[in-house]
Amino acid sequence: MKLLSALAATLFALAIWQGIVSLTGLPKFILPGPALVAETWWQNRWLIAEHTWVTAVEVIIGLACGTALGVVTALQLANSRAARVLVQPTLVFTQALPVFALAPLLTLWLGYGLWSKVAMAVLIIYFPITSSFFDGLMRTPPGYLDLARTMQASPRAVLWHIRIPAALPSLASGLRLAAVYAPIGAVIGEWVGSSQGLGYLMLLANGRAKTDLMFAAMLTLGVFSILLHLIVRRATTRMAGEAR
Amino acid sequence: MTPTPDLTINGSATINGAPLFAPLTLTLATGEWTCLLGGSGVGKTTILRLIAGLETGAVFDGKITASDGDSVQGRVAYMAQDDLLLPWATVAQNVCLGARLRGQKPDLARRDRLIKRMRLEDHMGKKPAELSGGQRQRVALARTLMEDRPIVLLDEPFSALDARTRADMQDLAAEALHDRTVLLVTHDPAEAARLGQSIVVMTQMGVTPCQPPRAPAPRKVDDLETLETQGALLRLLRAEAA
Repeated sequence: MKLLSALAATLFALAIWQGIVSLTGLPKFILPGPALVAETWWQNRWLIAEHTWVTAVEVIIGLACGTALGVVTALQLANSRAARVLVQPTLVFTQALPVFALAPLLTLWLGYGLWSKVAMAVLIIYFPITSSFFDGLMRTPPGYLDLARTMQASPRAVLWHIRIPAALPSLASGLRLAAVYAPIGAVIGEWVGSSQGLGYLMLLANGRAKTDLMFAAMLTLGVFSILLHLIVRRATTRMAGEAR
Repeated sequence: MTPTPDLTINGSATINGAPLFAPLTLTLATGEWTCLLGGSGVGKTTILRLIAGLETGAVFDGKITASDGDSVQGRVAYMAQDDLLLPWATVAQNVCLGARLRGQKPDLARRDRLIKRMRLEDHMGKKPAELSGGQRQRVALARTLMEDRPIVLLDEPFSALDARTRADMQDLAAEALHDRTVLLVTHDPAEAARLGQSIVVMTQMGVTPCQPPRAPAPRKVDDLETLETQGALLRLLRAEAA
């Protein structure tokens, strides 16, 4: 049923797309139709696959590093008042900076290769991960903490046995957000400076008026992001469900 | 378990400068159930939390002393209206929570005995969400007993249960905790009349001791004197509220 409705929605979107192309009669280098994009996709499948692989590696490394950093930061913030006072404002401020503005800097510092894109993905997911997990850690039901206190638990034991497990659902929602954001970060990095990846391919195709290839790359990115989101969603159900 | 001391709380409390309760003296006698009965907002839970050493939001001016002169902290077990079972842990793990939090090895034989006594042996591996309200409260009671403390503080632990389950839990708790110094905070005159070996009605004006029924606790729900006490307690509560 879910699959069927997804299929219906896709067909509907394709019909609208084709309708606009037919009605406006726009040239194909402005707006290619779905059939042409599908054909281009098939002809360039290996090229697209190669670039998708590059982007996927950037995103996955970015997700892993960003999650690790976010989790560690949230734990430090939750554990220490000093850390909250010193670090939290900066954290919020960095979030107010547009990542687009940072991308050229990262390319300058880390070069054209993999790591500037990983850094972009990390930057873009670090805040959602940190803040969701931190919020979860600070919102432990007070009754649990009372109980732990009457049991003479050390702060460390409370953190390990109560606060962290109670915060896992919040971390899970942060991870799900991160799965959507990470590809955006990687692609921004590729736009600013790269020689590989879906972002690079999109820019290249666009520059050469190969709008059909640009569409094919863009749709591939969309499908990749959705798949990643579904995988992360699946992987975090236990985490999100069991602790509620 | 260390020998149970008498416990006396003596003092007054204010919240943001406004009095919560006037100076009062409340003594919990060794090995007895003291029922502290009162309406909402009179500070009965505050008293319990002060004894437990928990945050109250009130400023307490007075002292809490044990007859043996030792500190009360570390000698109390606490059970609240919310069962406070960790939803991600199994029944068995929840019962052993105290030992785990203190980094000690839990006494598994004791755990199994308590779980059996609470008739939970078929549920050991289950998560709290799979249990009924009464079963969950039995797990909470097993966890409280696992702590093996001389002083047990019960904060309306049965008030969210249906009438039948509540009566069952009252019997079970009375039997399991008969040798402890228990403070039961409740707003239910029937509960106080059934379980109290000493009954104290609390209002803004202070505390009023009341005569408990003569039958040993837990008293039968239809014991005549218990019903009369229940009525008298309710009258007292309503008079205070007027």
